[in-house]
Amino acid sequence: MIVKMIIFIVAYLILAPILGGLLAGLDRKVSARMQGRVGPSILQPFYDVFKLFEKESVTPTRVQDFYVLIFVLFVIASGVIFFAGGDLLLLIFVLTLASAFLIVAAYSSNSPYAEIGAERELLQMMAYEPMVLITAIGFYMYCGSFAVRDIVVGSSMPFFPLIGIFLGFAFILTIKFRKSPFDLSMSHHGHQELVKGLTTEFSGKTLGLIEISHWYENIFLLGFIFLFFANGTWWGYLIGVVVCIATYFFEVLIDNSFARMKWQFAFKSSWIVALVLGMINIFVLYLIV
Amino acid sequence: MGTILFLIFFPIIIAFILLVSKEDKVRDGVVKIAAAAIAIASVVVAVQFFSSGEKYFSFDGEIVSYVMMAIEVLLAGYIVYTSWKHKKYLVILFAVAQTCLMVWFEFTRGHGIEVEHNMYIDRLSIIMILIIGIIGSLICVYALGYMKDFQHHHADQKDRRPWFFFVMFIFLAAMVGLVTANNMIWMYFFWEITSLSSFFLIGYTKTGEATNNAFRALVMNLAGGLGFAIGIVVLGTVFGTIELSTMLLAGSVYGELVAIPAAFFAFAGITKAAQMPFNSWLLGAMVAPTPTSALLHSSTMVKAGVFLIIKLAPVLGMGNFAGIMTMMVGGITFLMATFAAVSQSNAKRVLAYSTIANLGLIVTCGGIGTAAAVWAGVMLIIFHAVTKSLLFLCVGTAEHNIGSRDIEDMDGLFERMPRLAAFMMIGIAGMFLAPFGMLISKWAAMTAFVDSGNIILVGIICFGSAVTAFYWIKWMGKLSAIVAGEENIQKNVHKEEWFVQGTLVVLTIGVCLIFPLISMYMLVPYLEGVFGGLSAMILSADNMIIMVVMVAAIVLLTGLFFGKSKKKVVPIYLSGVNEGDNRTFYGPMGQDVQFSLRNWHMEQYFGEKKMNLIGGVLTTIMIIVGLGFMIGTLVNLLGGVL
Repeated sequence: MIVKMIIFIVAYLILAPILGGLLAGLDRKVSARMQGRVGPSILQPFYDVFKLFEKESVTPTRVQDFYVLIFVLFVIASGVIFFAGGDLLLLIFVLTLASAFLIVAAYSSNSPYAEIGAERELLQMMAYEPMVLITAIGFYMYCGSFAVRDIVVGSSMPFFPLIGIFLGFAFILTIKFRKSPFDLSMSHHGHQELVKGLTTEFSGKTLGLIEISHWYENIFLLGFIFLFFANGTWWGYLIGVVVCIATYFFEVLIDNSFARMKWQFAFKSSWIVALVLGMINIFVLYLIV
Repeated sequence: MGTILFLIFFPIIIAFILLVSKEDKVRDGVVKIAAAAIAIASVVVAVQFFSSGEKYFSFDGEIVSYVMMAIEVLLAGYIVYTSWKHKKYLVILFAVAQTCLMVWFEFTRGHGIEVEHNMYIDRLSIIMILIIGIIGSLICVYALGYMKDFQHHHADQKDRRPWFFFVMFIFLAAMVGLVTANNMIWMYFFWEITSLSSFFLIGYTKTGEATNNAFRALVMNLAGGLGFAIGIVVLGTVFGTIELSTMLLAGSVYGELVAIPAAFFAFAGITKAAQMPFNSWLLGAMVAPTPTSALLHSSTMVKAGVFLIIKLAPVLGMGNFAGIMTMMVGGITFLMATFAAVSQSNAKRVLAYSTIANLGLIVTCGGIGTAAAVWAGVMLIIFHAVTKSLLFLCVGTAEHNIGSRDIEDMDGLFERMPRLAAFMMIGIAGMFLAPFGMLISKWAAMTAFVDSGNIILVGIICFGSAVTAFYWIKWMGKLSAIVAGEENIQKNVHKEEWFVQGTLVVLTIGVCLIFPLISMYMLVPYLEGVFGGLSAMILSADNMIIMVVMVAAIVLLTGLFFGKSKKKVVPIYLSGVNEGDNRTFYGPMGQDVQFSLRNWHMEQYFGEKKMNLIGGVLTTIMIIVGLGFMIGTLVNLLGGVL
């Protein structure tokens, strides 16, 4: 049991950034094809990060690196909680802690561009958090446990009873993956970004670390999608992996089909989705479980 | 027994000494010694009764009851007199109604009711005594330095500090009495004393606004007091007892009947805990000097309200209207007050709304009334008391030194008052972030809400906690901003203020580190006593350990890496027109323009007025339905007897 857990943790720590980076590379490739370009090599995200690590180390304030360090450590820690089979709520809280530190890091520079990004990130957090919590509660109500290790081996697939929650979660994943139309705080699309949003004042290694932690984050967010299909059998796991990949590419499609929306839309729509899809699903669960 | 009586009478004696001593030096000495004595005594109480846990004290309290009644009548007379002078007739109505009711009850019915145990102590009382004794007395020490500055700023006014400290210490005594009284009439007495004390503290400055707000607090709390009195009369008439323990015991058999007086007591708790629609008194209380706010919000007053509701928890629950009323009022208040906090930029108002919201959560936990919910509620009381007092005291110090209590003016506090900003950040983190205190209890509350089967509450806590994070992080960000060229001005802060804040910081972190022990040795045995059986731990041991490790990790990392970066410091990006000082840019027509940054308040979504209106209407409906149902049941019951 413990050995298995340790294997999972180590595998996550080593493989997640590789997988996450490849996924980002594929993302760019596919996006380019959608736009009728050839696109960069699939390893381009790695080259970018290596390059960032070779840049001169500069910072606008001496405290920034500390906040970013906490951010990176706790993003990775929340992934570890997931792959160690830990508590979903704990994971969400740890992730909130990490995000809070990233936002504070951006604030700490007192730079107008970074602060606008920080404020928007904060808004996005408020927009997606209810749906994320509802997702965890949905799993708890259906599987009787918040622990990933229990949910994974549950005997029936949570997807059908949790279909509303699944859709809601997929909706807010657009925010979490920083995809248009909800890439308000930091975007991969230069043309619709205010300088570099939240990350304006980060550079060099610091920026590289933030990029890597996003790879980690994306992997365990996809893990949530996987959980909807896990039913203790190999074909359940297979469907899970396939849907994870499909979801990611669906997000890429959305990303390329929409321009950035106003924050009001991001906020209202996420809450409405959480309220309608999420809460109604929870209500139905009460009736059927 | 002796130590408990000491904790009640010693502060009263100190209060009278402070009332007659006009010298700063004498006051400083007396308050410090008294605070130390009270804190030590409360620890002694904890040690003394730790192993025995629950203990009831039986003695003849007949004379005490009469003395209390005499004092009550005198105080009512005073309330009538001053309200008449200020033309606050509603106050008179409530004061006269409840005093007459209580006097009538004691002379006709109360006489015949045998009270076996007038006082008691259990692990919940121990926790409350520790909060009152340690945090309450720390705030009194902080008040020494603060009130000196305050008097200095308001030099034109008469020095009323003896009166201020007199009321502060009376307050502490009344709180200890309240949490150890088993005779409901005694508890009512202490309840009224805390109402009146807060009336005096809020109206301390005697400005028009202060007086008005003080009366608003009084009228709402007297309305609650009237509910309390009705509860006692019902309890005495229907059940022939006025003991809290007997009432709770009866609740396990006649749950639905006991819910009737419980609903009235819960109503009293709701007013005192500043739940909507009664939240405006706590916001109005902000006009008072900051130590008052700290005392009202953390260890006294509002905590009396939630204490009573937590005590009543076993007879509340999803099964009766008293429970549903309580949990819904708490839940709605939590959500609406959280929303309203977003729109505020005045630091004290943000803190006030956050207090109201957290109390809402505690009230909800009490209303749900399961062992798990009560676990969360008590943990919230502990963490909230420590953290909120720290935050209030920090804001008070900031106000005296930067001349503003507006969060927008706290730009770059890290440069101007580094230690204070760090303390404030720790306090804020303690309010909502994992792995610190409040979050642990919120987590437990969330699980308890899901298990209770009330899905409205589940929705409320999901949306509420998202918004909570929003308004705290934006404040944190403001503090963390490193604004170039600011001067360090923190040398003017009084020694006492640093000492008290430092102690509270240690407590904030310390409580997070030892909370599994508090749970194991204090809370779980208490819950087992109240709810029977082995109560399962809400948070598994693994998760508790992870939390504690995280706290330790964050503290360690901060010590190792905070501000230690060796990188070259470069100017921030201002589209290439940064003048080099990070505050001005080269603007149009060759003008230098200084920029300033402001936070979001989202008035159109979370406007304070709108939130108070919605919350007020919904909670009023809940209270009318809840109490109405109870009165209906009572009438039915009496009709059957007649």
